[in-house]
Amino acid sequence: MVDKGRRDFLKKAGIAAAAIPFANLRIPVIDVTLEEFFQKHYKEMSEEERKRVVERLERQHKEKYGVDVEIMTTPPRKGVVWGYALNIQKCIGCRRCVYACVRENNQSRANPKEPWRGEIQWIRVLEFEKFEAHPGKPSKKDFRTTFGEVIAGINLEESEHYYDPPLVPEKEKFYMPIQCQQCERPPCVKVCPTKATWKEPDGIIVVDYNWCIGCRFCIAACPYWARRFNWSDPYIRREEINPRMHYLGNRIRMRGVVEKCTFCIQRTRNGRYPACVEICPVGARKFGNLLDPESEVRRVIERKRVFRLKEELGTQPKFFYFID
Amino acid sequence: MRKFIDFVLTSVKLALTGSRKYYAWLASLLIMVLFGAFSYYYQLKYGLIITDIRDQVSWGSYIANFTFLVGVAAAAVMIVLPAYLYNYKEFKHITVFGELMAVSALVMVLTFVLVDLGRIDRVLHLMPFTGTPNWPQSMLTWDVIVLNGYLFLNILIPGYLLYKTYLREPPRKWIKIFILISIPWAISIHTVTAFLYGGLAARPFWNTAVMAPRFLASAFTAGPAFMIIILQIIRRYTCIGQPGCKLVVSDRALFTLAHIALISMLVNLFFLGSEIYTVGYAATSHIAPLKYLFFGLEHDGVVYNKLQPYMWAAITMEIIAALLLLFPRTRKNFKTLNIACIFAFVGIWIEKGMGLVIPGFIPTPIGEIWEYYPTLMEIMITLSVWALGLLVYTLLLKIAIGILAEDVVHPSAKGREMPEHH
Repeated sequence: MVDKGRRDFLKKAGIAAAAIPFANLRIPVIDVTLEEFFQKHYKEMSEEERKRVVERLERQHKEKYGVDVEIMTTPPRKGVVWGYALNIQKCIGCRRCVYACVRENNQSRANPKEPWRGEIQWIRVLEFEKFEAHPGKPSKKDFRTTFGEVIAGINLEESEHYYDPPLVPEKEKFYMPIQCQQCERPPCVKVCPTKATWKEPDGIIVVDYNWCIGCRFCIAACPYWARRFNWSDPYIRREEINPRMHYLGNRIRMRGVVEKCTFCIQRTRNGRYPACVEICPVGARKFGNLLDPESEVRRVIERKRVFRLKEELGTQPKFFYFID
Repeated sequence: MRKFIDFVLTSVKLALTGSRKYYAWLASLLIMVLFGAFSYYYQLKYGLIITDIRDQVSWGSYIANFTFLVGVAAAAVMIVLPAYLYNYKEFKHITVFGELMAVSALVMVLTFVLVDLGRIDRVLHLMPFTGTPNWPQSMLTWDVIVLNGYLFLNILIPGYLLYKTYLREPPRKWIKIFILISIPWAISIHTVTAFLYGGLAARPFWNTAVMAPRFLASAFTAGPAFMIIILQIIRRYTCIGQPGCKLVVSDRALFTLAHIALISMLVNLFFLGSEIYTVGYAATSHIAPLKYLFFGLEHDGVVYNKLQPYMWAAITMEIIAALLLLFPRTRKNFKTLNIACIFAFVGIWIEKGMGLVIPGFIPTPIGEIWEYYPTLMEIMITLSVWALGLLVYTLLLKIAIGILAEDVVHPSAKGREMPEHH
């Protein structure tokens, strides 16, 4: 009893000592309160501090956007490492996953008043020609065939990012969505100078948006172009906000920080599928626990022919592409 | 302590008094800095959206200039090394100008990094105690260490020697240790900066072992080229060369610098050629950034080639500079020497600034071609950082020349002989 009382007292004293004078004082121009300024790294916060920070963030969401939100800090589950599998034979290139992701994860939307500010999207769907041949000029010196150039298969540099036909899928095309591959050996984490991005025990690469300094070294280091930067304040309409948020996931970001796909951490850590998996109309997307031999991803990996993107870079993605 | 305060006060006084031309020069630099500060205010308020940097090309003019200027800072070693290690007399008088060039280049380097940050309010997250530096994993934490260490060395060494000269006392032995450390340290700053790029497997254009050697070679061209011009300006506008002046900037010193610039330029062109050959002959998909740089890339009938004219201009300037430096007749003629120096400096500024940073992003790792071109505000901020560096250099030079050449001395040391400095 005595001990507990003493502990509580010390705890309270500690909190009182840690409390920042003028916590609500705002630094102009950069628009940050002193409390935010002195906020610790997420992993270094105590339970108590996390609670306080989350409460403050919820209050700020309310003040700024007028919406009641819940910001979770659900920890990873033991014995779980998330993996993803995508059937490129089935994908029809409809981009429903792209838009479902934007809605779920509260990305900044295109601002009609400022057309130079586009929407932030975490998934990019690439369109490829199944076969393309350009006739070449026959030449004595040249060892090429009469085709000149033959293009087929996955050649990223021949991909089309902004395809826009009236109807997909087009007959002579195939599609390949790319998002964060949640590498086991992530180059982005290695280069981050402040440890603001890291790999969680369940294998997801996350960002502490309140710790990132915005140097964008991780963007340069990512071989999958999976990271996005908030070039300005996010723009998102009140009615479009998804109020179920995770601190490391879809809470609304601020300008000057990097963000990325988290396999919908706010969903998957609470027993739901990522939004992109749920929305896919052709069932091309599979998700599950890599450590569970009975999970869907494991069965796909074991029974189908799978490949990973840029395997030669040694990043060991936990995102598998497959064909039937 | 009292004497040190006197030294600081004298330095401030020296820096802030001068002819009308001097004031006009300071004022014009200050105005440029203010223009940039004004633009930077908008960047702080609205974010990096005011630049043309985007997710596709995520570093731009700031980081390009940062990269180039780290080289200029490192190049001070090309004066320090012959002077201290080989006791080359002609350089003894100009080492201080080299070291101060390093200081001003570093001021620009650090400012460019800071203006590039999305959240400058969190810069302390980089530091121990106030943050969580990802050391030794992240090359950027190494860069923070070596750049600040080099800045410290280049303030300490000339600062101490100027102080001792001001008191007319011989410098103590311990400063030698710092001078010796500063030599490999100079190499380290540019090596680490090259490793920022070279270590990224995602960017084949940068992911090459020749990056650090190439960086050093181009730095040791641009730095001496800059010094040759600056030393001539100093010689013209100060007491140097007039009877009674304690400092000498000899032609021989300038020609030796020109020699260093020549050899470095040839080595630089050799490295660049090796890189182009290796990537070009193998002609794997890694050729795309190089193709973009020199010829432009075509996609869906549109040709993207904004950098092409700049790169050809850079290569042309570098080759002309190399030729002008190669022949003794043009190297020892100040008119052609100066053309060579300007061409070398500008050529390398393009080649290893924009010409190195931007193509690394084009195409993106998943094949999108997106072109970058700095906005007006971005250019203003960039120019103002340069103006800030020149301002710092001007003030430091004014102090150094006052103490070393114009016989400004501490009252207690009046009449004493100038010690053999350095």
